[in-house]
Amino acid sequence: MTFDLNIPSQLMAALLPDLLLMGGAMILMLVAAWKPESDEHQRLVGQGAMALIVGTIGAVIYMMMRGVTGSPGGVIAVDGFRWLVDIVVLLGALGTIALAIEHNRRDGITHPESHVLVLFAAAGMMILAAGRDLMVIFLGIEIMSVAVYVLAGLNRRSARSAEASLKYFLLGAFATGFLLYGIALVYGATGQTQIENIGLAVQKHNLVNNPMMLIGIGLMLVGMGFKVAAVPFHMWAPDVYDGAPTPISAFMAATVKTAAFAAFFRIWYDAFYFAFQGWGLATWWLAVITMVVGNVIALSQKNIQRMLAYSSIVHTGYLLVAVTSSSSLASTAFTFYVLAYTLATFGAFAVVATLQGSETDAPIAEYDGLWHSRPWLAVAMSVYLLALLGFPVFGGVGFFAKWYVLQAAISSPAGLTSLAVILVLTSVISAGYYLQIVRVMFMKTRPEGVREPGPVGGLTRSVLVVTAVLILALGLFPSRLVEVAGSNGFKLYPYSAALDIGRPRLPQ
Amino acid sequence: MLAESLALSALLFTIGVVGVLTRRNAIIIFMCVELMLNAVNLSFVALSQLYGASGQVFVIFVMTVAAAEAAVGLAIIIAIFRHRQSVNLEDINLLKG
Repeated sequence: MTFDLNIPSQLMAALLPDLLLMGGAMILMLVAAWKPESDEHQRLVGQGAMALIVGTIGAVIYMMMRGVTGSPGGVIAVDGFRWLVDIVVLLGALGTIALAIEHNRRDGITHPESHVLVLFAAAGMMILAAGRDLMVIFLGIEIMSVAVYVLAGLNRRSARSAEASLKYFLLGAFATGFLLYGIALVYGATGQTQIENIGLAVQKHNLVNNPMMLIGIGLMLVGMGFKVAAVPFHMWAPDVYDGAPTPISAFMAATVKTAAFAAFFRIWYDAFYFAFQGWGLATWWLAVITMVVGNVIALSQKNIQRMLAYSSIVHTGYLLVAVTSSSSLASTAFTFYVLAYTLATFGAFAVVATLQGSETDAPIAEYDGLWHSRPWLAVAMSVYLLALLGFPVFGGVGFFAKWYVLQAAISSPAGLTSLAVILVLTSVISAGYYLQIVRVMFMKTRPEGVREPGPVGGLTRSVLVVTAVLILALGLFPSRLVEVAGSNGFKLYPYSAALDIGRPRLPQ
Repeated sequence: MLAESLALSALLFTIGVVGVLTRRNAIIIFMCVELMLNAVNLSFVALSQLYGASGQVFVIFVMTVAAAEAAVGLAIIIAIFRHRQSVNLEDINLLKG
């Protein structure tokens, strides 16, 4: 059925999963404040939050199955792309809370609100996935970011956590300024905030060479670049992922990035599609610099959390390839990729959280000979790292994720073969640090006196098992998932199917 | 008036950016960020002369968000002050590498 988004009751119905999550989160906030802080209460609220997320995933799947659509020109999108991103985001939030319940106990964090903040951040991300008006997208980004600023500083006894929070906050607010000024200039050039209407205005008035429009797009690119941690706007990411509690690092590395990229995609493809001549070269270079610099710096990291932070920067580069491609395959590649990346990242951070002592950093040396003391952890970690690398068979779904991004790049109307080649070459560099860890885990002997990891809690174990099994299973049977991702893709600019976006001047 | 307002807004925004990049005190950096946001508000209000009320609606949202951000941001700055007895970014250097 089609919702008429100008009627409030139908708009509410189109926002059903979002409203369910927000309403439930507010009730849980009251529950969290009901009793004094204690570990049991923290656990209880965490379980309630997980149940709420599962319910919301159910609502999203229900909406997806019914195949609902929205009236054109609405402030929110009602399409398959939104539901797929919602599911990935909610799975990420579920994993975060599962890891955080046990991590909080170990670090002595007893604030039950921490889980509610994850829900609020997830609500912001769902708005980002749905937003079809720059106003709504701005609000989504802020609802998400403000909650995540607090989450980064969750461990109040830790100076590192407070520092991560401050850095993230200052740079995040700075980035918001750029994004907002970009929005203001785009509004100035087109007179619209609804992104479809912006797209129409760009097409109608041929604003490709309008300086106000181009500066606006550039400033929005800077703001988005900060949010997704693209080089050269990535300086905060390693520090913040290192200092924040580990489950929150996973949340920031995977889920925040997914949501920010979803909005990035929608704005760039719906609003700025016709201005490709203006931004194609900029995202091309952003993708190349991000892939090259991220991979090279990751090689020299001694701390596993910082290495994973640089690895997440590298994956931003791969996703930027999909953005630059402007191909009809881009959205399929994107949804497939973020699912694979979310699974692998959560698994890897779950292993890091298990092995890490509280309030210390996590040197890679602690992984020497892990196979000899904790074989299953070593095997699971190998699966995640190979999935991040995009290794065939053993890396499961990670291989196909990269495959589809490459296909999107090659099938691009802009001719991005050079970008595809750079992607493959930088992936080879990334083998240097992913396989290094696999090597030390299996080949080295366990050194004397290294701290043995404590027992793995039940929730952490289920995160490890579910992510590893899903990576391998989806890697063996990817066709169904590709079908879902393809049929629920982003309807790439329906009113521009016949349009030739022209051969942009990209380096060949 | 429109051109002058947009020029003033661009100038204020630039002052904010330069302030964020050159100052080292977290509170002053935060004030510069607020200056950037208010410069954007000026642009929106000026542009809504041309395009109607949607720019002004945006300004209300930006002000609300800026207030929420200020509440969280100042709390974070207090949290770091309790650990380091300083809000100077040069003293805040545990995380690097």
